[in-house]
Amino acid sequence: MKIITCIKQVPDSEAKVTAQNGQPSWGEAPLVINPFDEYAVEAALLQREAQDGEVIALCIGPDSAKDALKHALAMGADSAILVSDPALGALDSQGAARVLAAAIQKIGGADLAIFGRQTLDEGTGLTVSQTARALGWPLLSFAGSIKAEGGKITVERVIEEGKQTVSAAAPAVLSVVQSIGEPRYPSFMGIRKASKAVIPVWTLADLDIAAPAPVVTRAELLNPPVRDQACEMLTGETPEAIAETLVEKILAEKVL
Amino acid sequence: MDFSLSADHRMAQKMVRDFAQKEVAPVIKEFDRKQEPIPWVYRRMGELGLLGICLPEKYGGQGMDYISLGLACEELEAVDTHLRVAMSVHTGLCALTLLQWGSEEQKQRLLVPLARGEKIGCGAFTEPGMGSDVAAMQTSAKREGDSYLLNGEKMWISLAANADFALVTARSDSKAAKPAEALSSFLVDLSSPGVTRGALHGKLGVRAGVTGWLKFDNVRVPLENRIGAEGEGFKITMSGFDHGRYTVASGATGIIRACRDASVAYAQNREAFGKPIAEYQLIQQKIAQMAQDYEIARLLYLRVGWMKNEGLRPTLETSYAKKFASEASFHAASEAIQIHGAYGYSNEYDVERHLRNARGAMIYEGSSEIQTLIQAGYALGQRQNKALRCELPPYQG
Repeated sequence: MKIITCIKQVPDSEAKVTAQNGQPSWGEAPLVINPFDEYAVEAALLQREAQDGEVIALCIGPDSAKDALKHALAMGADSAILVSDPALGALDSQGAARVLAAAIQKIGGADLAIFGRQTLDEGTGLTVSQTARALGWPLLSFAGSIKAEGGKITVERVIEEGKQTVSAAAPAVLSVVQSIGEPRYPSFMGIRKASKAVIPVWTLADLDIAAPAPVVTRAELLNPPVRDQACEMLTGETPEAIAETLVEKILAEKVL
Repeated sequence: MDFSLSADHRMAQKMVRDFAQKEVAPVIKEFDRKQEPIPWVYRRMGELGLLGICLPEKYGGQGMDYISLGLACEELEAVDTHLRVAMSVHTGLCALTLLQWGSEEQKQRLLVPLARGEKIGCGAFTEPGMGSDVAAMQTSAKREGDSYLLNGEKMWISLAANADFALVTARSDSKAAKPAEALSSFLVDLSSPGVTRGALHGKLGVRAGVTGWLKFDNVRVPLENRIGAEGEGFKITMSGFDHGRYTVASGATGIIRACRDASVAYAQNREAFGKPIAEYQLIQQKIAQMAQDYEIARLLYLRVGWMKNEGLRPTLETSYAKKFASEASFHAASEAIQIHGAYGYSNEYDVERHLRNARGAMIYEGSSEIQTLIQAGYALGQRQNKALRCELPPYQG
């Protein structure tokens, strides 16, 4: 079974993200593999263990995104590919989906393309469905468990209303949720393998596509307004006296 | 000169941090309070390859370098000291000493299961009547044909209750001209007849860690388990301390970091006299000291890791790192408690545990006083690094 797991590099979840000149900034915080995508890598590795085959990690990003791919390799992925091109500066989810679909086709297709349910930075959760559409493959989203048998992929979807079992013929695009299983830690052997790995970098020319123009553009990015609030503890001899003070304060502040 | 960590180092650091923070941090208070070991923790460390992190792949290890060992110890002790103690006695004192002094046959037979984490090792040097004065130990090893008969008692031995093997130093020649030449080292199978052991309770800190005693009553140790030549026990023990002290130094650095981080978080939230206490210079002074000490301790241990990688002997540098980090960690924990006020004095916060845990490192694996004597000895030209018959192999990549 050939499984492609699509991952993204995002700022660490503990980063304090702010708007600086209309652009998001996370200061000095490190960039990590999108935590939701670690579940996608775990799902891919579980399928490989159950079915044999290979796991390829795929990522769009700058050269530094190789670190996220190395994380996937250290977890146990067999190989990794980075798509990087200076023309890919302003990708929206649809653009990313087109690029990923082109890369998946260049790899020669797969039985499964597995995504995390969303990314920690943009958080649209749309790329997975847009990639399925670009590839013309069925989408099995929010999978909490996956079973592949005789070319049929069956997943248990974990949705708000409960659980739903759906199936489709491979190849299929999947997004996974946390109940797929806690992502394994990278192993030390995997870390050593990953650090020596030479990750191929594909440009748009390699994929034979032009940079997709963004369909959705961000008009403005602002920091949340600073809350001007103060806390004052009221004291008094009796509850009635405290209540009276509270009423006076509320009236004085024109809350009522 | 390059001060940056490699991609391997950063990934290993994150992996160990994730393990310690996600799996151990949520339960450590409970086990520390009960003074009980976490039942699954050493098995889990073995599964993750931590116990063999810097041992060569050909001996069943993970093949990372010695800097990775230090980074792992820092991450482990930032959560709790007992995790790092396992690295000190299993990986440092026992396995690395075996890597340095063992024969090829011994490495294949004895080191491989230790490196894989299938067997647990510890180091047994201290006795009820001696600690720093290593040459004065009383445990005896009497040669009888193809084996030695071991008699005596070892005390304050970390992992004594869990370990499968102990690297034991004992007196093999009562007539040696120099006291140090009377000692030999053995890897003792603790399931041998005549071995009894027990736990010691009532420790100030490291309460989730098991410390105990070992008693040898006519324990027969086969000749093939003697490590090094007869009479090399003192040198082997000192090599073991070089490895163990490195883990103590890097671990204590983790305590300083944990205290700094806890203090920063608390000081930014706790208000006094109308503003966060982080805005007061007396608090800032304490935090700045922790931040500075962390950087110093870190640089000192990373240099030792680098020297080990290069095959250089770091006895003096390890002494600097161990003494500085252990003392600075105790100070950092004390100041962190001060910043936390009454909360810091209670076990609601981690800093009181860090204080109790940090104190031991100024005693074990060479007290601060012994470290001072080592440093003075080198400074005054009374001590030099003499070539050993067996050196720790440099990192091969």
